[in-house]
Amino acid sequence: MSYKGKFRVWRGDSDGGELKDYEVEVNEGEVVLDVIHRLQATQTPDMAVRWNCKAGKCGSCSAEINGMPKLMCMCRMNTFAEDEVVTVTPMRTFPVIRDLVTDVSFNYQKAREIPAFKPPADVKPGDYRMQQVDVERSQEFRKCIECFLCQDTCHVIRDHEENKESFSGPRFLMRIAELDMHPLDAADRQHAAQEQHGLGFCNITKCCTEVCPEHIKITDNALIPMKERVADRKYDPIVWLGNKIRRRPA
Amino acid sequence: MTELERHTYDVVVIGAGGAGLRAAIEAREQGKRTAIVCKSLFGKAHTVMAEGGCAAAMGNANSNDNWQVHYRDTMRGGKFLNNWRMAELHAQEAPDRVWELETYGALFDRTPDGRISQRNFGGHTYPRLAHVGDRTGLELIRTLQQKIVSLQQEDFEATGDYEANLKVYAECTVTELLKDGDAISGAFGYWRESGRFILFDAPAVVLATGGVGKSFKVTSNSWEYTGDGHALAMRAGATLINMEFIQFHPTGMVWPPSVKGILVTESVRGDGGVLKNSEGKRFMFEYVPDVFREQYAETEDEADRWYKDPDNNRRPPELLPRDEVARAINSEVKAGRGTPHGGVFLDVSSRLPAEEITRRLPSMHHQFKELADVDITAEPMEVGPTCHYVMGGVEVDPDTASSVVPGLFAAGEVAGGMHGSNRLGGNSLSDLLVFGRRAGMGAAVYVDSLQERPKIDEADIDAAATEALAPFELEGGENPYSIHQELQQSMNDLVGIIRKEEEMEQALGRLAEFRGRIAKMTVEGHRQFNPGWHLALDLRNMLTVSECVAKAALRRQESRGGHTRDDYPGMNAEWRKKLLVCALDADGGVNVTEEQQIPMREDLLELFELDELKKYLTDEELPAK
Ligand code: SF4
Ligand code: SF4
Ligand code: FES
Repeated sequence: MSYKGKFRVWRGDSDGGELKDYEVEVNEGEVVLDVIHRLQATQTPDMAVRWNCKAGKCGSCSAEINGMPKLMCMCRMNTFAEDEVVTVTPMRTFPVIRDLVTDVSFNYQKAREIPAFKPPADVKPGDYRMQQVDVERSQEFRKCIECFLCQDTCHVIRDHEENKESFSGPRFLMRIAELDMHPLDAADRQHAAQEQHGLGFCNITKCCTEVCPEHIKITDNALIPMKERVADRKYDPIVWLGNKIRRRPA
Repeated sequence: MTELERHTYDVVVIGAGGAGLRAAIEAREQGKRTAIVCKSLFGKAHTVMAEGGCAAAMGNANSNDNWQVHYRDTMRGGKFLNNWRMAELHAQEAPDRVWELETYGALFDRTPDGRISQRNFGGHTYPRLAHVGDRTGLELIRTLQQKIVSLQQEDFEATGDYEANLKVYAECTVTELLKDGDAISGAFGYWRESGRFILFDAPAVVLATGGVGKSFKVTSNSWEYTGDGHALAMRAGATLINMEFIQFHPTGMVWPPSVKGILVTESVRGDGGVLKNSEGKRFMFEYVPDVFREQYAETEDEADRWYKDPDNNRRPPELLPRDEVARAINSEVKAGRGTPHGGVFLDVSSRLPAEEITRRLPSMHHQFKELADVDITAEPMEVGPTCHYVMGGVEVDPDTASSVVPGLFAAGEVAGGMHGSNRLGGNSLSDLLVFGRRAGMGAAVYVDSLQERPKIDEADIDAAATEALAPFELEGGENPYSIHQELQQSMNDLVGIIRKEEEMEQALGRLAEFRGRIAKMTVEGHRQFNPGWHLALDLRNMLTVSECVAKAALRRQESRGGHTRDDYPGMNAEWRKKLLVCALDADGGVNVTEEQQIPMREDLLELFELDELKKYLTDEELPAK
């Protein structure tokens, strides 16, 4: 079962561009990225697109498909009717470089502003002891493939360029939560989450969670608990101390 | 030259997978100003695809494990063709490299007493793979990426500049290495985004570019795996070894066609999954070769008992080294006992409860559900061999990772020797860490030893630029996509899992023809983010590497590990002593010569029983006792 699919792809660069229509062969079992590749190979050899693994593991091929932030390599063609026009546009929250490729350096800059894991001073390599239940919370967040679809979706920065300075976005607020929940991290994270990374901007709409291809419960498991910790701490300085004591290795 | 951006570094690392990042961390910690240059965004390298784990004899799951056992397993897996010194260093240092990752923030799965959990894998005597579910590679990349960021934060504290001593040049491709006399003087490349040229003036270059899988049609490798480092090294005058050994991973997806080749982790078998043919038979029992007969179960009952009681039962044959399993699947399909889509069944659904499967193999569950509409907790998967890894690579000094070219180092998949004729699963992530660190250190020591910094010759820069722009010069030629497809098909069909002399001769004929066509191909559009142009440049590398594979494979008249000859089915001890070395001749063709292996050190020989050594070594090589 092979048919001519109708595609509408955004072509252009930082100076502007437009949606262009294409008719292209679609075969059984294919995903949107396969069709984009066929366009490259047969009609538009210079169409720019990022991808690596083609298996939903590297987070390179993020785009908006019929307006929904998605990985192109995990979006099956059989989710569309054969006569449906499939519109593919670059992620809107980041500046376009060319065609479907955007400048995601905002994310790398935010990553750099979060202080790294601070190893416990008194534990030697090889002596780290942690229980599975205690690492699982942070492990969920470490499933993140950095596709930045949650960043693309979050209304705080989507169409609000002015908030980018003070808001790191769900992916990086989650990174802070991950470090905060790491059983052996020796740094204090909560103050910075609120003051420097804009946790307060988040009004828990859960849009980020909905688009996450790794099905990470960003809002419920990272952002809301972080907010609670920050709130608790405002009232009770002992909580902070308690946290630190509990997090010492057994 | 106009528009040339220049940078000066002590060490330039090409590639940002596990080996490249570990090398860069080391070079920077040794006080060297270091650049990392990579074709993709930072954190996207192929290492993220590694699923199963990182082999290290920490002895957490079975205290009988130690480096000697790991060493033995590695040599057996590689059919004794491995560079024994590399295998030794690897087995000895892997535990420290894994523990070190915890100090960078890695969170591995745990044992009940809180240590790093270890899982079973093909060819490993004990549970040995440190892992995080089935996304261990992602954990490794992210951890190293975050360590790099942490070093940049230190530099920011000290200098006010995050990138003062360690900078990532992402989406940047190196097309040529530059030399001053014999020694490396820098690297030349272009920004993928703008197409502008960039020059690195540096006395030491570490290649960490990964493998060559994109020369084959069915592969688990990403587009980046075009053998860049292999080809750059050769053009710079370095040598490659073991290029005839290509690992076909036994279990890749076979359906739908667009995902054919995507990896199905070996952990499925490590955690109890079994292989069956269309008659419902667990066929692996028929395929245990003599050299492994004593270590593998003969009945299904014994095999099944092993999961619970490994000390008193032998391993299931599904966990034989990858080359054996891949060949077995290939034979079953050829004999007409394959699945509807030309694979065999891999079943875990009848072996573990559904929730256990989703807990242990979450990404496999996800992958099959999303890409193939298959629920692995309820039905079997269809799998078949896929080109996965090249054992061959740059010939290096085991201790320093230095190639024969002064200033040129290589680590990870692009380096050759460590895995011999076949790599064990789990030995790749550990290889990246052990030799990534050694390459970073080797480069730093080399830079310190220099009396004078090698200089870049301006004429070489012009030549490199002209070469890179060549595909734009011609009009009316073929487009690179079609040549690429034909190259992949030829390699798959003619130099694939099972090889024959006539077919390889035929492959060489086709490669010669591609060489002519590549010289004349045309690229449309302009230099800014132009995938057609990028592919055109990568194709040159794929061609050189394919020639190495085909020529070395034609030369080696035996079957061993990732090299199976239909016309020479047996293993031959005389051939074990020989390495096939590839180098470029004056007009850019590949030359293959034979080199003698260095005999294994006595104390390492003594780690094996005489009876086992007899299966691999010639009589003169056996210890005199
Ligand atoms: S839950 Fe918070 S972070 Fe997520 S999309 Fe909504 S506002 Fe943004
Ligand atoms: S949290 Fe999910 S959506 Fe956000 S970057 Fe990570 S994987 Fe992508
Ligand atoms: S290509 Fe890797 S996630 Fe789509």
